[in-house]
Formats: sequence, structure tokens, C-alpha cells
Amino acid sequence: MTSDSQSEKRLEELREQAWKDGVVAGRGVDVAGGPIPRKPGYYGEPVVKPPVWTWEIPLYFFMGGMAGMSAVIASAAIIFHQVDLARAAMWLAAVAGAILSPVLLIMDLGRPHLFLNMLRVFKPQSAMSMGAWILTGFGACVVPGLIAFELHAHQIFPGTLDQLLRVAAGIFIFCSAIFGTLLANYTGVLIGATAIPAWFLHRILLPIHFGTAGLGSAAAVLELLGYRIPALNFLGFYAAGVESVLLIWLSVNKHGVADRAIHEHSSGWLIRIGEVLNGPLAIVLRLFGLVPFAAISFLIGALVSRFGWIAVGKVSGSDPESVFAAERY
Amino acid sequence: MLECWSIEATRSIANAVFHYSITPLLHYSTNMIGEGIQSTNQRKHSYVQDHVEVGFFTDPSVCIGCKACEVACKEWNEVPDDGFTWSGNSYDNTGHLGASTWRHVMFLEQDRQKGSQVSGPMGLSAESEDPFRWVFLSDVCKHCEEAGCLEACPTGSILRTEVGSVLVQDDVCNGCGYCVVSCPFGVIDRRPSPLPDAGGAFKCTFCYDRQKSGLVPACAKVCPTESIVFGRLDDLRARGAERVQQLQEAGYNDAQLYDPMETSVRGIHAFFLILGQPEAYGLPPKPQIPTIYLKSAWTSAFATAIASIIATLVAFAFFS
Repeated sequence: MTSDSQSEKRLEELREQAWKDGVVAGRGVDVAGGPIPRKPGYYGEPVVKPPVWTWEIPLYFFMGGMAGMSAVIASAAIIFHQVDLARAAMWLAAVAGAILSPVLLIMDLGRPHLFLNMLRVFKPQSAMSMGAWILTGFGACVVPGLIAFELHAHQIFPGTLDQLLRVAAGIFIFCSAIFGTLLANYTGVLIGATAIPAWFLHRILLPIHFGTAGLGSAAAVLELLGYRIPALNFLGFYAAGVESVLLIWLSVNKHGVADRAIHEHSSGWLIRIGEVLNGPLAIVLRLFGLVPFAAISFLIGALVSRFGWIAVGKVSGSDPESVFAAERY
Repeated sequence: MLECWSIEATRSIANAVFHYSITPLLHYSTNMIGEGIQSTNQRKHSYVQDHVEVGFFTDPSVCIGCKACEVACKEWNEVPDDGFTWSGNSYDNTGHLGASTWRHVMFLEQDRQKGSQVSGPMGLSAESEDPFRWVFLSDVCKHCEEAGCLEACPTGSILRTEVGSVLVQDDVCNGCGYCVVSCPFGVIDRRPSPLPDAGGAFKCTFCYDRQKSGLVPACAKVCPTESIVFGRLDDLRARGAERVQQLQEAGYNDAQLYDPMETSVRGIHAFFLILGQPEAYGLPPKPQIPTIYLKSAWTSAFATAIASIIATLVAFAFFS
């Protein structure tokens, strides 16, 4: 039967593989009905649909989080008379939140020219609708806020008008901080309230993670822009500390098969790498006084973990066993 | 091995044709196919004008796997083809419901007895009994009572019609993709380029255009065995319960209705009779509408917002 020739060996290998796995690589098909263990569910087909979102969405999560929390830092800086820092933070909020974020969101739409349809309805039960309104509200506050602030800072207009600009800037910046905190963490609600098992099982953790990563990212960018002040250092410690706690929470609060996309596969590695970079590593670097490195570590971690969570959604949504297992929770 | 397998396959086809298409039809017993012109599948109606809740009842025990529903759906709705590939999964080369597949006939191969069917020797020796059954079920959008896609849609593109079905208005949809992850059944999807009308979300329309003109949805109209029945939802639910009882009396012990009433989906308008467990059909046993997760997620979001504001104020108050 067997021969030593190369070609016969190859055929033997194929036979072994087909028997063992029920399918061979290349053009082979899955012998689902044959005397071979079947795949879970209906031929292993996904039960729910994995997200169709591409790189724009995780990048938007990152930008939106940073921009939103930057407006919060700007408000606090104004309250405590740190005008320079407030201006830098408002610029960051405006560029990342009012320009880059909408562009990224529109790019990801299947029909970008219809993006205004997002504002046809106001729907509290849809996190996507609330997000569209939050982003709109943020843009509508942060841009006039920044303009009024700059006009006031440069003393363009004299007397009463300048005083009016000062008040207007204060109101707009305060409002943008309110919208900003929501902009940073509504994205956790957005993916937490879906049918994807690994997402909805962690719907409490996700807003905390996204919001805190946004706060830490805003502080990190401002530090890298040269504002090496103790207040931002404290925020860096706070954000990295919370992220470290979330890393522990994630490794304790496991749901077995239902959320295995977080702990296995390449998606699991993205989550782990991201959380280590913006959690423990950022703290250690900060403790050694290596503030710029801590800031960079936090930013990379925040970005990687956003990509990680979208990757988790794709893996988890394509896994029928996860969906069946998640129904127990 | 190969020879033995083809004999088995041939026998199962013969078996299936006999057991699925002919025997159960005797219950409906006319000299026409199904209920003929008496059937709600062939009559004109005014459900849209009368605001009557309608539904589909899909019954695998009479499905012959002809895929006429898939063809009719594609033809009437002008749904583009999404590739021709061989799956190797029984006779199913469609795969799953999606943006360009609104009816999907599933072909299940199960190693169990079908009702009171006397299973012949399927193996090589005359003594060995090898229970085997082939089940076909035409899957479709469930038109949930509480629809995840409808609640998630941020443009108001998805709406509930007069007949209780869930409809996507293609000219309003901007393709955000949120309905895709909000459907607990994995039905709706965004159509990729380069297909026509790419970028929008698509799913079964319940042939709303036909229904407005008093016509029956295309899939039900063409179904030769009335495995797909279209009609008033309350009538269909009664008919489904009756059919389950009939099948159980005939020895199909694992016949049951798939209509998740006690979950947050609160029932589906296109419901199914299934033989065996829902998982085998890729149907979630306890589907939930994702809006039930909103309360805890938003609570966490507001708590995070407040914590972030306090942390920032503390930072500037005590560390500068």
C-alpha cells in the first residue's frame, strides 16, 4: 500500500488530515455530514453577525475619548487659572473631537453622503443615535468655545465685548466638558448594548475603560506637548491605576466559552498588550519619573486596546458556541 | 469508503423525498398540491389596509429543500447574487442569511430517528441500524415583536409596518452598521461593494411592496408544499400548535415551536417548527434584545463621567 515516494507520502498526509480534522487545507471542503465530529451549531456558521466596522471606528473611539476628556481638563484648568494649558486642551479637543472624529465616523459609513440622516431622529434607546447627538453637541460647543477663548486671549475686541467673549467662552467650554465626558465613554455603551457575547458580558467594564483611557490619553498628549505639571501627572497615575484594576477585573471576571475572544486568539493578545501598556507599565514608568515614556506607553495602550475590543467583537460574533454559552449569563 | 457513502446519500434522498414530501401531505388530503386555492398562500388579501398582524409559519416537516423560496425572493426583490461557492455542507451552498440572502434553506444531517420512521439498514451489514434524518428548514428574518435592529437604528430608517413586520427604508439608511450587531439572530447585514446598492443594510422586507397590493410574499407564494405559510399571525400560531401536536402523535417526539415569547424579544412574527434543538439550526435558544443591557451600561458610563470630573478637579485643586 504505502510507498516511500514523496507524492505517496503527501497523499497519506492528506488522508490523515482529512480523517483527523474533517477538512483539509487549500481547496478541501468540510465533510460535515460524514463520520466525523461536526462543528457547533449549524455547520459552525455564526449565529449573530460580527461587526462590519473597520479601522476607522477603533481610531474614532481613541480620538473621541481623548477629545472629550481634553475638554474636561480645559474646564478644570480655567477654574484653576491655568490659561495656557486650557488653550492647548481646547485645541486638542477641537482638532480631535470636532474635526478628526466626525471625519472618521463618516468614513466608516456605508453611505457617507447620507451622514446627516443621523440627525433625523433622537432615539434614547439607540446608543448610536445618542452618540451622534453627543458628538454634534460637543462639536457645537467646543468650536465656538475655542474661538471665543482665543479672541479673548488675544484681546482682539475692547471692553464690554471682550467681557462678553470671556463669559461665552466659559459657558461653551463648560458645556463641551459635559458633552465631552459622555463622548469619551458612551462608546462603551455603544458596543456593550449589542448582541455580541464578549461585548455585552462586559458592558459595565467597557464605559469605565473607554472613559478612563480617554482621560489618560488627553493628559498624556498635553504632557507630551510640554505641560509637565503635577496635576496632569496625577491624572496619569489615576487613569493608569484604574486601567490596572480593570486588567485584574477582566482576568477574574471570566465567562468561559462565552467571552473566550477576550482571553484567546490574537484579539485576546491585543486586549492584554493594550491593558498592560496603559495600566501597570504606565504606572511603573511614571513612578520612575519617566513621564514622556509613561505618556507614550499609555497612548499606545489606549489605541491598541480599542482595536482589541473591535477584534474581540469580530471573533466573538463569529463564534456560535460563545452565543449559546452567553445565554446562561 | 466513498462507495458506501454514496449509497447512504442516495438512500437518504429517497427517504427524505418519501417521508417529507408525500406522507405529511396526506394530512391536507386534496387532489391539489397543499391547500390549493383555499390556501392563504394563494389568496389576495387586504392585511396592510386592515392593519392585521401577519406572519410566516415555516414547517420543516413538509419542506422538500427545493430552494424555490430562495429563488423567488432573489427574483422578485432583485437581490444581487453574492457569489457561487460550494460549501460542502450537505446541499446548502447558501450558507447564512445576509444582506443579499433573505431566504436560506438549511440542510441538517442528523444521526437520529425521524418520528416513527422504520429505519432500514443503512450500514453495510443487514443487521446494523444507522438512524439518520435529513431536515430542511427555510430560514428568514424573524420580524421580532421587540426588534433589536429597529431599536438600534440611529436614522429612523428601520420601521414597523402596519402588518407588524420590520422594514428597512433603503433611501434613508446611511450604512452605520449598528443594526448588524444588534440583531440577536444575525439576520441583517451591510451589503459590501461592488454589489448594487452597496453600503446599506438589507434584510427580508416581508415583501411589503407585494403585501400593499394584496399579494402574498414571494417565498410563500411559490412554496410547493406550503412549508412556508403566510397568513394572520394568530391563525398561524394556532396552526403551528396544532401541527406540533399532530407530529408528536405521529412519533416526532422532538417537534416543537421556535417562538421565543418568554425572552425580551417577546415572540417572533416569522416563527418555525423545529425538529430537535434550536442550536442545531443556528438559532439562539434564548435570544435577547440588546436594549436590555442599556441601563447597566449607561449607569456605568455616568459613574465614569462623574468620577473623571472629580478626578480632574482634585488633580488641579491639590496638585498644582
